Amino acid sequence: MDSVSIIGMASIIAAGICMGIGAIGPGVGQGRAVQGALSAIAQQPDERNSLTRTLFVGLAMIESIAIYCFVISMILIFANPFWAYVVKKVGG
Amino acid sequence: MEVVAINQISPDQVILFTWGFVTISATLIYTWIVMGLLVVGSIAITRNLSTDRTLSRWQNLLEVIVGGIRSEIREVVKEGGDTYFPLIGTLFLFILFSNLFTFIPGYVAPTSSLTTTSALAIVVFFAVPIFGIAKQGVIEYLKEYFRPTFIFFPFHVMGELSRTLALAVRLFGNLMGHEKVIAILLAVTPLFFPVVMQALGLLIGVIQAYIFAVLTMVYIASATQMHEETEHKQKEH
Repeated sequence: MDSVSIIGMASIIAAGICMGIGAIGPGVGQGRAVQGALSAIAQQPDERNSLTRTLFVGLAMIESIAIYCFVISMILIFANPFWAYVVKKVGG
Repeated sequence: MEVVAINQISPDQVILFTWGFVTISATLIYTWIVMGLLVVGSIAITRNLSTDRTLSRWQNLLEVIVGGIRSEIREVVKEGGDTYFPLIGTLFLFILFSNLFTFIPGYVAPTSSLTTTSALAIVVFFAVPIFGIAKQGVIEYLKEYFRPTFIFFPFHVMGELSRTLALAVRLFGNLMGHEKVIAILLAVTPLFFPVVMQALGLLIGVIQAYIFAVLTMVYIASATQMHEETEHKQKEH
């Protein structure tokens, strides 16, 4: 295989692995966060508003980890600097 | 009509025209459209405010928005919330409206470009120490970096930098990711399902705007109140 196809293949596989593994941690984390918030609301329904607000902020913080993975795999697929370099070199 | 092609991850890459060294990209145009709408709308509404018993419907809307933001800030900052109101309110309203207009065909959210979100995050990056120094003075503010011992200084600095990066990438990733998901769904299952995702996108946009504002508020609150809290804890012990 020439270097162009190796780089293309590696980028796509790496993007898939990055998104796949990167979604596991935030998934587990968000599940635990929602579980904790639900049992807290069940115990103290009066504190629902502040609990919900904190929950949303926390969920967004956890979710941002998955978003980083997503951004990296998007860069690998659509805006890969190595790919652009190789294509420019091969194309002339 | 598709402004940003599926293999472009940012509206910065859509260049409308270049004139010498000036390049006008789609991000710039839509940022100015949102800014113009906000400014013209606010001026038009606040031109004839009334204190009568009957309010105009637009004044009522604006009062609800301003009152809501102000009470949210007060809940986090406790005291002196009105100092931070202009910054946080502006950030919130700009992000909110640039996210919400995505249901208009041909519009691309300027927040789905990394340049816009980095600019907003850098504003927060500078605003936090400015508010902290204004509240506590330079010496007291810098002392925060050396708590509990001087070993923690590099971690504090890294925390400041990484949370700025996180603010920028979170907003950008959410908006850009949602755009790409809709573009892919349009190719796979056209007509109905993308509409549902668009509706979900409105929710995501509102939540992201809220989170950006809340995080800014929390950072400012931690820069202005950290010292008092540690003192309280020491007294309790």
